[in-house]
Amino acid sequence: MLELLATAEPGGTSLAQALLQQVANGIAKGSVYALIAVGYTMVYGVLQLINFAHGEVYMLGAYFSYYPAKWMGYTTDPEDPTFVPAKVPLYVVGFLFVCSMACCAFLGMLIERFAYRPLRNSSRLAALITAIGVSLLLQNGGIMLFKADPRGFPTLIEQSSVDLGLVALTNTKIIIVVVAAVMMTGLHLFVQKTRPGAAMRACSFDMRTARLMGVNVDGTIGLTFAIGSIMAAVAGVLVAMDQPTIDPLMGLMAGLKAFVAAVLGGIGSIPGAALGGLLLGVTESVVGTFSTTYAEAVAFVLLILVLLVKPSGLLGKSGREKV
Amino acid sequence: MHRTLLLLVVGVSLAFGVDWFLGEFIEEYVVRIINLCGIAIILAVSLNVINGLCGQFSLGHAGFMAIGAYVSAYFTTTLRVLNTETGETVVRAPLFDGAWGFVPALLIGGMAAAAAGLVVGVPTLRLKGDYLAIATLGFGEIVIIMLTNFESVGAARGLPGLPNYASSFWILTFAWICVVSSVFLQRSTFGRALVAIRENELAAEVMGIRVARLKVMAFIYGAFFAGLAGGLLGHLLRTISPSTFGFMKSIEVVVMLVLGGLGSLTGAIVGAIVLTVLPEALRDVEQQAKLPGIRMVVYALVLILLMIFRPQGIFGQRELSLKLLRRLLPGGRK
Repeated sequence: MLELLATAEPGGTSLAQALLQQVANGIAKGSVYALIAVGYTMVYGVLQLINFAHGEVYMLGAYFSYYPAKWMGYTTDPEDPTFVPAKVPLYVVGFLFVCSMACCAFLGMLIERFAYRPLRNSSRLAALITAIGVSLLLQNGGIMLFKADPRGFPTLIEQSSVDLGLVALTNTKIIIVVVAAVMMTGLHLFVQKTRPGAAMRACSFDMRTARLMGVNVDGTIGLTFAIGSIMAAVAGVLVAMDQPTIDPLMGLMAGLKAFVAAVLGGIGSIPGAALGGLLLGVTESVVGTFSTTYAEAVAFVLLILVLLVKPSGLLGKSGREKV
Repeated sequence: MHRTLLLLVVGVSLAFGVDWFLGEFIEEYVVRIINLCGIAIILAVSLNVINGLCGQFSLGHAGFMAIGAYVSAYFTTTLRVLNTETGETVVRAPLFDGAWGFVPALLIGGMAAAAAGLVVGVPTLRLKGDYLAIATLGFGEIVIIMLTNFESVGAARGLPGLPNYASSFWILTFAWICVVSSVFLQRSTFGRALVAIRENELAAEVMGIRVARLKVMAFIYGAFFAGLAGGLLGHLLRTISPSTFGFMKSIEVVVMLVLGGLGSLTGAIVGAIVLTVLPEALRDVEQQAKLPGIRMVVYALVLILLMIFRPQGIFGQRELSLKLLRRLLPGGRK
């Protein structure tokens, strides 16, 4: 990718090629945003709450697979540079993913039970500030427990570049796109085709009526948090695998941007989250071709533009205030 | 008019007296905390007008602060600007010199922030609640990213060497002006109209309140004082960088407000003081308990527990007044 950029000349075919390459990178980046964004969109759909702590769940997802890997001896040792970690077998990779997903699902339900449920009937503002509080707690708790400096993530899969004709991507990026696509499709089918999914839709449509119809509302909300957290955990491990470093603040920006992606696609809509994530990832990467620092601002500029032009997002339903 | 003038004279002389007293008798560390308290009061009281009175949940206060800080620093600081054509660094003397140059620089900073308030306020008028919060947060982030890109103000490295102008006298004077003007504002028709918008926007509009216009005015007012506070903070810290004014700073001000009770002016003041002093007090605890980082964890826990058990804050929407004190004291009238 760097070579491509280095040879790129404005106006030439190589610039077009570099842009195409950036679009491909953007799709990988956007898949991660989309995975995190579903957590925001589902919780907002049901509780009308911006779950600020969701970005931190994503960060912890990475740590929940880092520690088991470390205990099993698959990570480099900073004290002993000569130590060569063993190659991680595929079943261990699977175990690390499952471990991280299970821990995050539990954490998500824990957060809902102890921080958000007591506030379900108080003002939206109180809930929003609690969410900020939970986010601060997890972030600073993370800094305290894991230390603020970044850690090297074990090499789960040896990175190599794969030539896809016009563009080249690393195999980890391809895995990100494939896993994200599979999980998003699975989630969509779950919400549309199964009974718990129908309960979730019922709760987001009208919680009170759903309760009257015999839906276990508390259970469904817990399930919503668990599923959102599982998606975030997968995103966390995938990113850690691709980037190979993790730190306690990695959830802050990723979480904010994923929220922007959710708003972009229309909050409450799962296909919207996927579309918003991809759109944001691609735009960011393309702008990044010209200026990496300004690429950081893209998400927020897009956010404000979308809110001004179509506040309900690309695929969202618009509601009207009744008098 | 006479009352305003009198209040101003009283405030300035009080600030003068306190400044002298602090300089003579109090150790520097404590003076610094008092100064930070003064700045926090300006921030919390000005945000109270937007969030508390008008009910527009803004998370972009740090963005206004950053604008105020950088603009005022631009006028008071010796800048080293790299000339890209010749590759030489050009040293530019400060435009405004001395302590009396500080006030116009601050005011220009405040006005620049107020202009930004107008720019943010107008387009975000149609947004409500969470969406407004997230849009203002986005605005704050955009400001920070822009500043990170401006090489002439030091980009991500920040701008060092701000002159030491922010004495206790100026901080307390501006805090006094901010508080007094907020009291007047709350009692004026403007303030009451803002409360009407908070309680029910539609009903307020039906009663003939020009909702759009007043919301923007609340934004401009809040942003102006946030800009002043930013300028004061910059000249107190003497080095500013974009990260000083990150999204955490906005959250900090919101927490001050919520702790004291959203919509209560005295609550905002108490919240500002508590949340400036508390982290300093916890710093000692942190050192003694040998648990680095526990400070922010306690801070977050306090926030969550406060919201669960007393979501309206310490004072709710009430004001701390002599009447309330008298009622609380033993033997007082019920």
